[in-house]
Amino acid sequence: MSVAARSWASLRRNALPIYAGFAVAYMLIPIVVIAVFSFGDTPKDKLTFGLDDGFTLEYWRTIFSNTQLNEAFTTSLRLAALSTVISTAIGTLMAIALVRHKFVGRRAANLLIVIPMATPEVVIGAALLSMFIYYTFALGFTTLLIAHVMFSISFVVVVVRSRLIGFDRHLEEAAADLGATPLATFRTVTLPLLAPGVVAAALLAFALSIDDFVISNFNSGTTVTFPLYVYGVSLRGIPVQVNALATLLFVVAVICVALVLWQQRRAERLAAVRPEREPAAPIPAPPAQATT
Amino acid sequence: MTSLRQRLVPYWLLGPGLLWLVVFFVVPMYFMGELALRSGSLTTGFTFDWAWSNFPDSLSGHSEQVVRSFVYAGTATVLSLLIAYPLAYAIAFRAGRFKPLLLFAVIAPFFTTYLIRTIAWKTILSDDSPLVSVLQTLALIPEDGRVLATSGAVIAGLTYNFLPFMILPLYANLERLDLRLVEAAKDLYSSSRQAFLRVTLPLTMPGIVAGVLLTFIPAFGDYVNAQLLGGTGQAMVGNVIQSLYLNQRDYPEAAALSFLMMALILAVVVVYIRFAGTGAFMGDEDEETSR
Repeated sequence: MSVAARSWASLRRNALPIYAGFAVAYMLIPIVVIAVFSFGDTPKDKLTFGLDDGFTLEYWRTIFSNTQLNEAFTTSLRLAALSTVISTAIGTLMAIALVRHKFVGRRAANLLIVIPMATPEVVIGAALLSMFIYYTFALGFTTLLIAHVMFSISFVVVVVRSRLIGFDRHLEEAAADLGATPLATFRTVTLPLLAPGVVAAALLAFALSIDDFVISNFNSGTTVTFPLYVYGVSLRGIPVQVNALATLLFVVAVICVALVLWQQRRAERLAAVRPEREPAAPIPAPPAQATT
Repeated sequence: MTSLRQRLVPYWLLGPGLLWLVVFFVVPMYFMGELALRSGSLTTGFTFDWAWSNFPDSLSGHSEQVVRSFVYAGTATVLSLLIAYPLAYAIAFRAGRFKPLLLFAVIAPFFTTYLIRTIAWKTILSDDSPLVSVLQTLALIPEDGRVLATSGAVIAGLTYNFLPFMILPLYANLERLDLRLVEAAKDLYSSSRQAFLRVTLPLTMPGIVAGVLLTFIPAFGDYVNAQLLGGTGQAMVGNVIQSLYLNQRDYPEAAALSFLMMALILAVVVVYIRFAGTGAFMGDEDEETSR
């Protein structure tokens, strides 16, 4: 076999991993670009940035020195925190109702939860704005909060529900059999087992809120969030601190997700102490040996 | 025992959330419809007079952008599927110990702000970027050709931004695929290609349907990519709606166009689901379509 034919054969054999590698690179390029450019020594008036002018830690050192950016970022954090608390609380209750109870209107409730996720953001933003215009409701932090809770709820429900479906109800029955009141059962059994799902949902809600631009753009009034600030300055040229801040956010998010995953694994290990999970003994052990 | 109280429990649990969704999602849709039937101008005020003509007017005035949205979102969806299917397949069956790392790479874009990622693409595709000069050297684009402010740039941005929504449902579906069925097909003398077309592909249809919908819908409504990566000739419906609402303040026309867009998308979804024959997106199994 010639060299060309052999390399062609090996290329064909490895076509899938090579292709996957390119796809992954495509997904990661912008993230790498953002992180690299946060170290680029760029003149302030330049529209694009790069490493042509050398490497600097200047923008990481002055990451919180831009007052407008700080203000926008604080607003975003406050908004995301509030919206996360509200949507996670409301959404968790809904998920419990949908998984644990059979009731009239369950399908309709499911539909109402799915449709907002299938609606383009522009339409959600425009519809909310239409209502606020009708009631001449002042746009600002409150309208942003209303909107953010609204689009987060569906995602919270979906995440918590998927966790609840894989939940072993025997544990709760056992607690009740051992004399726990429903409230005590909920507090000491249900909640700890549910916690990883709820935390994952809260993280998602937080990420959705802090990332949202389209719906916020319609309902912000004069309030400026982090994405709105970035959009506002993007036409003139973005302060490099934005890249540093975005990189910082990325790192924090990765750490949070890693912690949640670790916590989830641990919870699964704890919850895995189920009789049916153990390999069934082929022959019942004689009673004499069972006491060991 | 207290059966009425027991039966009311789910409604109490659902109450706050459903109320929020009804008041801030369903009711606003009503007001958008109401606004769409008004006429007048910003200075004289808009009065409600069943102005049905707003609907055909808004569509005929912006048919170019509507068609463009379909083309861009459609192309981006097809490209996403072509990129995502082999990738999801590789992650599900070939990744080995790299699986968690690859899955992380897929969701990593979610950890950086959508807007900043798109701006990063703007930098990558800008006229003096290395990528563009490579493309020029390879004569893939003309010597003085640009990438930014072309349809290609907008489609690439849309594909990039909504790719995870295609990969994740496909991966979830592929991972549960019973490989013994593929083996059985091969035992029964089917070629690799036949086994894929007759076994793997039909079994992963629900994932494809979910992925296509989750990619097409947000791509169709998006205006950030067209705004940042496109030029004046790349505006999509989203750009028109945004500009009518926030700059020109022609609320009735903007509302009418949003309403039509929603209706168009619902129609596409219904037809598509009928055609593809799965209820995975709307039914009780929708957790697998989530991110």
